[in-house]
Amino acid sequence: MTLRIEIEDLAKHFGAIKAVDGVSFSVKKGEVLGFLGPNGAGKSTTMKMITGFLTPTRGTVRVCGHDVLTDPIAVKASLGYLPEGAPAYADMTPYSFLRFIADIRGLSGNEKKRAVDFAAERAQIKNVMFQPIETLSKGYKRRVGLAQAILHNPPVLILDEPTDGLDPNQKHEVRNLINEMADDKAIIISTHILEEVHALCTRNVVIANGKVQFNGTPHELEAMSRYHNAVCVSVESAEQDKFSAFLKSLDFVSDIELLSAERGVRVYPNQGQQITAELSQAIRANGWSIDSLYAEHGRLDEVFRTITINSAQGGK
Amino acid sequence: MNMSNIWFIMKREFNGYFATPVAYVFIIIFLLLTGFSTFFVGNFFERGEADLYPFFSLHPWLYVLLIPAISMRLWSEERKSGSIELLMTLPISVFEAVLGKFLAAWAFTGLALILNFPLWITVNYLGSPDNGVIFAGFLGSFLMAGGFLAIGSCVSALTKNQVIAFVLSLIASLVFVLSGYGIVLDFFSGWAPAALVDAISSFSFLTHFDAISKGVIDMRDMLYFASVIMVWLFANAIVINARKAD
Repeated sequence: MTLRIEIEDLAKHFGAIKAVDGVSFSVKKGEVLGFLGPNGAGKSTTMKMITGFLTPTRGTVRVCGHDVLTDPIAVKASLGYLPEGAPAYADMTPYSFLRFIADIRGLSGNEKKRAVDFAAERAQIKNVMFQPIETLSKGYKRRVGLAQAILHNPPVLILDEPTDGLDPNQKHEVRNLINEMADDKAIIISTHILEEVHALCTRNVVIANGKVQFNGTPHELEAMSRYHNAVCVSVESAEQDKFSAFLKSLDFVSDIELLSAERGVRVYPNQGQQITAELSQAIRANGWSIDSLYAEHGRLDEVFRTITINSAQGGK
Repeated sequence: MNMSNIWFIMKREFNGYFATPVAYVFIIIFLLLTGFSTFFVGNFFERGEADLYPFFSLHPWLYVLLIPAISMRLWSEERKSGSIELLMTLPISVFEAVLGKFLAAWAFTGLALILNFPLWITVNYLGSPDNGVIFAGFLGSFLMAGGFLAIGSCVSALTKNQVIAFVLSLIASLVFVLSGYGIVLDFFSGWAPAALVDAISSFSFLTHFDAISKGVIDMRDMLYFASVIMVWLFANAIVINARKAD
């Protein structure tokens, strides 16, 4: 596995504001790194430094082995970038815009024609190729930006909020597109849409207040939730007090929470272990009949809040 | 420096002028104003001389007013729409982008200038002018336009607002014209040492343009405009580097 993006101790200070403050991580080929964080956490600033648009206050960025400070052109040549808001030249048509990008990317002749065709096809903008970009809807503009980023089939893709402002169908298409390309590229996407963690990412970096708060797989992120592997169970006969006391007496249960008459009780396991099987066995063995029983995976929104808010308090 | 990158940037920018009515409006206004100034201010017919002096003599003033309208969009629009982030993360250098954009604007101005050719035909029909002097006039005017454009391009990199870019370029251009104007020089010559007055006057577009448009193609005047253009474009690249992300 080759490292395509290497970031070490990256920082950007705007006067007294530390927008990014000592961020380090790396991305391999085949990885889709989901860059999470609240608005203003430093996601876009980090991406702007990776792509060479902003000069870091300190730290290094290497893309495909090229240092962004000493060899910015080589870095820019090896990546495709969708900036936040997908800016483009409003008075151009997607066709002339993509041809311009292909020119600058050093493509010509048939190669250029194929690249423009391919990118337009993948981003599904073929039906608007000859309309001025300023007349397109937000979803189409975003996809024109995406087409521009993937046009030269770059080994590295940096996509800043690629699905922001798209409707659910368009989001689905864009995620499919990213998933299809994931195998032979290293991709960073920033998002604050938590469902994309599962739909897209092989790894997540959570950033808040300019610092990395978490770096791991989506599964590890979920496991940080106190709901991880918790089991919701409800039984028929409603001797609630007795049932609760029984659950608390089990040695693999750390705590319980009464939900409602229909939904029953949420049972928290000791040390986040899986307890579904043991629990259902124990309940049956004691003569209760189970109405419903299901395990929870953990809630990303709760983990996200915990990580980012704690760091905000810690930072002050 | 990668020439093909400069060419692609230039081509895109040049076509950009014609994507909106701006180009046509500008060319029509430019032709109307040059025509008006030639016949009514410069008294082309009344002078009874077969040359285009009345046409060229007012060019500095026309340019002060009109060139900022061409240059104002070069960088402020990129900054306002955010497309500068796209442009500056493409594998090109800042100076290639600056030069490409400048050349597009210069080519466009050159086109507007060439469209004055009916005047040249007219003066050749009416008399037998010295076409060498007329050629020198066009060359001087074109070089001077380049100087104004370089100033305007640099100024437009300073702001996201095209109106501010227009006004600031107009003022900066005015300074470069006025410093060669009699009244201004008289103001200085009363008390300032002669060397300073000469220095001020030698910085003026007017001084160098007058020399060229009289048919004297002096290397020093050419070099003057070439260095004005390079200095302002260099400053332009520095400004972009420092402020592109603001």
